[in-house]
Amino acid sequence: MTTTTELMPYDEALARFDPVLGLEVHVELNTVSKMFCGCPTEFGAEPNTQVCPTCLGLPGALPVLNGKAVEAAIRIGLALNCSIAEWCRFARKNYFYPDMPKNFQTSQYDEPIAFDGWTEVTVPNEDGDGEPFRVEIERAHMEEDTGKSLHVGGSTGRIHGADYSLLDYNRAGVPLIEIVTKPVEGAGEKAPEVARAYVAQLRDLLLALGVSDVRMEQGSLRCDVNLSLRPDPSAELGTRSETKNVNSLRSVERAVRYEVTRQAARLSAGDKVVQETRHWHEDTGVTTSGRSKEQAEDYRYFPEPDLVPIAPSREWVEELRGTLPEPPREHRARLQAEWEFSELEMRDVVGAGALSSVEQTVAAGASPQLAKKWWLSELARRANETGVEITALPITPEQVAGVQALVDAGRVNDKLARQVFDGVLAGEGSPEEVVAARGLEVVSDDSALGAAVDRAIEANPDIAAKIRDGKQAAAGALIGAVMKEMRGQADAARVRELILERLS
Amino acid sequence: MPTDAHGHDPAITRDEVAHLAHLARIDLTEAELDHLAPQLAEILDSIASIREVAADDIPPTSHSVPLTNVFRADEVRPGLSAADALAGAPECEQQRFRVPRILGEEA
Ligand SMILES: [Zn+2]
Repeated sequence: MTTTTELMPYDEALARFDPVLGLEVHVELNTVSKMFCGCPTEFGAEPNTQVCPTCLGLPGALPVLNGKAVEAAIRIGLALNCSIAEWCRFARKNYFYPDMPKNFQTSQYDEPIAFDGWTEVTVPNEDGDGEPFRVEIERAHMEEDTGKSLHVGGSTGRIHGADYSLLDYNRAGVPLIEIVTKPVEGAGEKAPEVARAYVAQLRDLLLALGVSDVRMEQGSLRCDVNLSLRPDPSAELGTRSETKNVNSLRSVERAVRYEVTRQAARLSAGDKVVQETRHWHEDTGVTTSGRSKEQAEDYRYFPEPDLVPIAPSREWVEELRGTLPEPPREHRARLQAEWEFSELEMRDVVGAGALSSVEQTVAAGASPQLAKKWWLSELARRANETGVEITALPITPEQVAGVQALVDAGRVNDKLARQVFDGVLAGEGSPEEVVAARGLEVVSDDSALGAAVDRAIEANPDIAAKIRDGKQAAAGALIGAVMKEMRGQADAARVRELILERLS
Repeated sequence: MPTDAHGHDPAITRDEVAHLAHLARIDLTEAELDHLAPQLAEILDSIASIREVAADDIPPTSHSVPLTNVFRADEVRPGLSAADALAGAPECEQQRFRVPRILGEEA
């Protein structure tokens, strides 16, 4: 069955409807052990090697709460300007589904640990400046991740049509924080940018808090995008769709834009928007219908009897408040001033999701401009080519600073530096190791360079004559000849000096 | 509707117990059902009697001990090997639990 989805051009959709957003972000915490048991949380282990009676839901096993996860939840809540509950409990969310072997997920229901917060994001306006936009936070609550299913058979790889499923419970029980916004109203045509800016800022904030490695491509930060349209801002909220697992910043923006154009076309044609879960397709940039939510699920929530309530003392909360990093907007403003970047330069860095990478590269010793240069040109291009976020490239900010240090020391030039990046990204080791293994170091040894310079002068008598006549600009051609002979591995500045010494 | 030994409707019928056992993938024999269903009904009856005692001025409670903030340190403890974890699985494949396909849903 193929049906074409009608879409309305974005500008037309915005002229006729007012979009309202809702964002639900799941963050996997970077604790070394799971939420309720001592199993490790490391990503990528062999299936079912990080499991125990508790996370497998075996009879008689009892959960005990990971204190570090509670601490992280409170710090996240405080960083999002939330109130912290004086007393709250976990609840069982009951469902029969094999991704949770207990037949329930331990979550928080009507007593979240953090609630009623806000955060201010920066959205670009027409003049190219950043404008503040306030996003209200409904709640941040603790829960556990589910296992991973592999659906075997069928044609689509999805559950529908699969013959059977294979379950790996390594991820079951990994601590999760779910952060839910209140309806985000008033974003208008900027709704896609606001959604992206919010998730990008949340990611930077979580990174600064040090509570998660926030790798969207590994699923440690996952975003569900809710969107509804209404005829105008004074009308009641429309029916919303819930697009699941939108797992890159770019996709968050695209998914919002797509749902606006899809829902606008439906509403204009007199159809209703169905309240449903939709799937995001990264490759084609469309959403497709999933499970209908017409019948609200009944999870029969009830307080978890095996875990005692959490009552964070006000002293503890204040102590944790003292550990918070600088708020994102202040942080951004301070870095912009320190780095002497223009608003446009800063926006490029933030928009590329490279703020923390550049910051750490500067901290490791590179100049802000050069740190920005490598991340936004060379590394952004490679991230684009391989379809991953910049932060997911297999290179650390320290290594980037290391490459720049080699350039500063005159040991490699920019061209060779690119080859050093190739090597580091290919897993050949540190910049130093790549230079050694690939023999990339520039030659600045005068005897080797001098011989090449002499040969270049001999081969180009006309150019040499011009330089003798005082036309130093002509030296470029001779430098080029030397570089060619040395396969780009000559110290260009020293070559120039040697040429001018000989021809003055 | 069947009645119990005291002549009133049981809180849970034998058929309902059989249905729950099926949902939970627990194989119960006819004899076990005969044995367990009245016991479960009796347990539910006992719990229901608490409702008669609980007046409006008694707040609902979820825990019998007045404890809060029981935390463990974030430390890795040895768990089960994959072989041990899978030992009780009805079926496994590729070191994973194999389960029947899930109908009527996509995820
Ligand atoms: Zn475990």
